[in-house]
Amino acid sequence: MGTNYIGQPQVRTDGRLKVTGQATYAGEFTARDLVYGYVVQSTIGRGRITSIDTSRVVAVPGVRKVFTHENLPEYLKRNSADYSDPLAPPGQPFRPLHDAEVLYNGQPIAVVFAETFEQARHAAALLWVEYAEEEVQPLLRQNLDGATREDVPDPPTARGDTDTAFAAAAHTIKVEYSQPRHFHNPMEPHATVAVYKEDGTLDIYDKIQGVASSQQYVCGVFGLDKKQVRVVSPFIGGAFGSGLRPQYQLFLAVLGATELKRPAQVTLTREQMFSFGHRPAQLQRFRVSTDAKGRLTSLDHTSFGETSRFEKYNETIVAWTGLMYDCENVKLDYQLVPVDAYTPNDMRAPGGVTGMWALESAMDEMANAAGLDPLAFRLLNYAERDQNEDKPFSSKALRECYQQCAERFGWKDRPTQPRSRQEGNELVGFGMATGAWEANQQKASARASFSADGQLTVGTATADIGTGTYTVMSQIAAETLGLPIDRVVFNLGDTDLPESPIEGGSWTVASVGSAVQSAVRMLSLRLLELAREYFPRRFKHAELGDVTFSDGFMQAWSSEPLELTGLLEKAGKEIVSVGVDHSPRKDRGDYSTYAHACVMVEVRVDRDLGNVRVERIVTAAAAGRIINPKTAENQILGAMVWGIGMALEEEGLVDHRSGRIMNANLAEYHVPVHADVQGLEAIFVEEHDEIVSALGAKGVGELGIVGVPAAIANAVYNATGVRVRELPITLDKLL
Amino acid sequence: MSSNTESATENGYPAAPHRNKITLTVNGQKHELSLSPWTTLLDALRQQLHLTGTKKGCDHGQCGACTVLRDGENVNSCLCLAVMQEGSEIVTVEGLAAEDGTLHPVQQAFLENDGYQCGYCTPGQICSTVALLEHDRGNSPAEIRDLMSGNLCRCGAYTNIYNTIAELQGAKQSGSDHE
Repeated sequence: MGTNYIGQPQVRTDGRLKVTGQATYAGEFTARDLVYGYVVQSTIGRGRITSIDTSRVVAVPGVRKVFTHENLPEYLKRNSADYSDPLAPPGQPFRPLHDAEVLYNGQPIAVVFAETFEQARHAAALLWVEYAEEEVQPLLRQNLDGATREDVPDPPTARGDTDTAFAAAAHTIKVEYSQPRHFHNPMEPHATVAVYKEDGTLDIYDKIQGVASSQQYVCGVFGLDKKQVRVVSPFIGGAFGSGLRPQYQLFLAVLGATELKRPAQVTLTREQMFSFGHRPAQLQRFRVSTDAKGRLTSLDHTSFGETSRFEKYNETIVAWTGLMYDCENVKLDYQLVPVDAYTPNDMRAPGGVTGMWALESAMDEMANAAGLDPLAFRLLNYAERDQNEDKPFSSKALRECYQQCAERFGWKDRPTQPRSRQEGNELVGFGMATGAWEANQQKASARASFSADGQLTVGTATADIGTGTYTVMSQIAAETLGLPIDRVVFNLGDTDLPESPIEGGSWTVASVGSAVQSAVRMLSLRLLELAREYFPRRFKHAELGDVTFSDGFMQAWSSEPLELTGLLEKAGKEIVSVGVDHSPRKDRGDYSTYAHACVMVEVRVDRDLGNVRVERIVTAAAAGRIINPKTAENQILGAMVWGIGMALEEEGLVDHRSGRIMNANLAEYHVPVHADVQGLEAIFVEEHDEIVSALGAKGVGELGIVGVPAAIANAVYNATGVRVRELPITLDKLL
Repeated sequence: MSSNTESATENGYPAAPHRNKITLTVNGQKHELSLSPWTTLLDALRQQLHLTGTKKGCDHGQCGACTVLRDGENVNSCLCLAVMQEGSEIVTVEGLAAEDGTLHPVQQAFLENDGYQCGYCTPGQICSTVALLEHDRGNSPAEIRDLMSGNLCRCGAYTNIYNTIAELQGAKQSGSDHE
């Protein structure tokens, strides 16, 4: 059969558009009379604007309007204007241009609209702002006194008695890990084009991971009905979480469009990409113990994460410590530390990579203290059950991941003593870590139509942030109706389509994929009903299970195949359509559902200069059923690159006096480049899991980063004998 | 100079600044443009010619998303002023495929090797690869990685991009790229 696509390495269906420059991203939509907006940011970290002089700005030819807090339309300042979005954490969402108060450095305080981008940019530079500056406290460590559990969901309940177990233990460690603020920096800056139409409705092209979020936000703020606001987002130039919440360029573009009654575009600069959500700086304290054989007897984990002073952003960080290993005595605590900064935002594997970088470093330290190989230590303490929730796992092939990764990597050749292997001037070290990520499934809806020309059209308002949604959904749809994939059109990123969850949390394939499969199955049932009516000899007594759909035909048992287009022709129908709402299984909640991975790394560290080179990484991932090995492998490989960045490079440097990000550009905020990446390998370990989703898929977007930073840190320790507990691991920390 | 500039007055608004008339040759086509002297080649391509295949990632020459070919050399179009490009042949990602739609071998190889994810850095990666192969550079793994390091990919699709280039380079050296 030529129409089996699930599990095959399918070339991306949107690939041609991407390699020819025809894929259109949010800021690239255009309309007649488009005005360009340019954002002005605050230069202080806290205080008030005392005067804002726009006279020189408006004198620039081409400038059409400047918005500041002084002329923001009153209706946008009323309490009835709701600035929240579906993922808003507890607190008061930021309201751009709301008043004279400055909450953080880089806050948008004005937007200039002009006929050309150059005019707007030039005019924006002429805005004269005076401030009354207040003391700024932008750093986590200087605000620890203000740590709070208010509005923080309780971590998993403590079990056993960690104090007694720790006091009686054979081996113990007590350590502290920290990481700086990280910025998503997708290659495509955030952008919005808002097209105002004469009837007062809006067509909005926005960079967002779920069009429904932008729609809800715009309706709430501007007092519009959903019917008046259509949000479209067909291509997203990377997001990694930065597009989970509508960002301020959306507000500013809609403001410009509605007030000027013209299409308005606002695209952020790279510097401005450092002026909203980030992965929060984090400080984590561990106290761990084992018995004489190396079995864990206590795990104590406290984490302090920064948040803004106006929203309580929280992540799942400490729960991983109670989940990953078998241990009777566990105590977890998580507190938030408000600082003078914008609210953090989910960033690839939020909480997971943060908690696991520390936990998996601590496990390496504990293994060393107990005199065990890090892999043997993990196998000894393997968790067969989720002790946090007291539930079985729906599936957990982590043991197989450990085994296959170790074999592929050659773990048996690990230098057993730190700083014991040298090649040329380089110290060689091996390190490993475990990775895990939740396998979630959300409700999703989809619509499927088969038309007389033989085309299957499937649509749902999900997104493709580079993960391969277009392709994977097309594969599922094509195989389910037995059509060649080039006869399938999959539409996404449009509020006119059936609702889908936001693309995040690695749940898109499980949630949307299951909905797509369900919709196309329902469509095939409709076609069978038609076949029973019009071709009774072959189909009268056939149930869905008796019918095979392949190569554009349907066939009951071994009777003569019926071409689907012929069926529509005979039935006199132009199109057959169905819509479905798909929900997770009811008993799903009885199980704990996670994807797992093992990561092994070899690093080379220059003995004299201390610079670290990642020689190779092998990741073995167990993530249920893999729908497209090509795109799934790409996700894992890309996430490994993120792990290299987090371990060795990324650091948002905050000026403690002003709260300004000092390296708000891609030359000084280092992300991995081609020269930093080599020898990456991803292998998938098979899992069959019908509980996790109808498709059996778990999702791979986040899993691949989780174990990498700790595995690199552990390899650096193995190479050098230096334990770095403060990311990033830069050469100054190794000399 | 004065004969080469114009000033626009628009219904009641102040006059826009002087603009220069230039002829820009892009993908083999000549375009008469009226541009401010500070307009970059990148903005001229994206906003005047609506050739949005060339991407703006940083506007500072730090990311390579805006890479185009100027007389066969890969350049950051965000660092080139449009008015200085008269007489040059500019080729963007839109100009690589044949007129019948057949993809350039580099485009085809990126497609088959999944040498991208979100696609935003892809036009720049492709243009840099075309130049690298044209100039017979990238003859070792380290040299490929070094020369491509001006093109950032935040999705981290480097492994597949590297494999794409190595495959093209290998095919070129063995002469087997002519099927």
